[in-house]
Amino acid sequence: MKVAAVIPAFNEETNIVAVIREIHDVSKRSGIEITPVLINDCSTDKTAALAASLDCVLLDLPVNLGIGGAVQTGFIYAFEEKFDVAVQVDGDGQHPASLIPNLLIQMQQSESDVIIGSRFIEKGGFQSTFLRRTGIKWFSFLAGIFTGYRVKDSTSGFRMLNRKALAVVCTDYPDDYPEPEALLIYAKHKLIVTEFSVEMKERSGGVSSIGPFQAFYYMWKVTLGILFCFVRSKVTV
Amino acid sequence: MEKIQMIAIIVSLGFLGYIARLIYKGKLREEYAFIWIICTVLLITFAFWREGLVVMAKLFGVIEAPNLVFTGAIFMILVYLLHLSVTVSRLQESNKKLAQDIALMKEKMKHA
Repeated sequence: MKVAAVIPAFNEETNIVAVIREIHDVSKRSGIEITPVLINDCSTDKTAALAASLDCVLLDLPVNLGIGGAVQTGFIYAFEEKFDVAVQVDGDGQHPASLIPNLLIQMQQSESDVIIGSRFIEKGGFQSTFLRRTGIKWFSFLAGIFTGYRVKDSTSGFRMLNRKALAVVCTDYPDDYPEPEALLIYAKHKLIVTEFSVEMKERSGGVSSIGPFQAFYYMWKVTLGILFCFVRSKVTV
Repeated sequence: MEKIQMIAIIVSLGFLGYIARLIYKGKLREEYAFIWIICTVLLITFAFWREGLVVMAKLFGVIEAPNLVFTGAIFMILVYLLHLSVTVSRLQESNKKLAQDIALMKEKMKHA
């Protein structure tokens, strides 16, 4: 079983070393072969230099693509290099990489194509702000209508994909704020999606990509994105 | 021939010459050159044919002839802006693919 841990990173010099070390620790402890694949999204800090000194695959993007394009690069790598499974672990250290083996077991037991690590099933750990939770509920509701998936944490990027799902996202993945829209892409290709309860941490350093002013834009962009994604999937089928 | 007509003709011809130069030097793609040539030809036509504007306005039922110019011009600008937005979206998509391919190839080169 070959697992690729896809880590998108934009200016994450404070977190990246710890994230990659944790993945190596998990790999050693569980005996599962987990390869960290770091995608440097044209960082302006020392992320690339740090990553080059670490034991990981480094994909250096020549221009900044944003989270969607960066993650997709990792997925393409994982698919082409014949990994069985890819799991997205954000470069800010919020995602508990120690749970990768649990996600893997869940994926095999539930025979799912996609496992989503969710903060809101047992409501432990970092729960985000009220405003953000409301936004996430709205996206979950909207995506639920169009896909039938009952995903509570629709913006969670902590996701594990098998090869069937990888083949889909290699050619079709949204650009910015991709997580809620990706649900519609999964649904279009009839992938089986299961949520798995995890606890997330508050980011340990660096800055979030979504500031308060972007929140409003984010709401509209993703809402429209979901609607267009739905229309597109109906028209082409 | 009135002064303003002379100026309009000279400016329009100059504009046409400049566009021709851009095309000749390969700085303007043919698809855009086409649109610009049509615009210039229209400008020159109405510079020579002064009553043309009034005739056209009557034809479309526009009372004030200059309003026809504004309506027509703004509509054409909107269509052109939309076209540019589509072009930018397409470029962004190909830019993404190129960047991803370069990143993946750089990684492969390390092991070659």
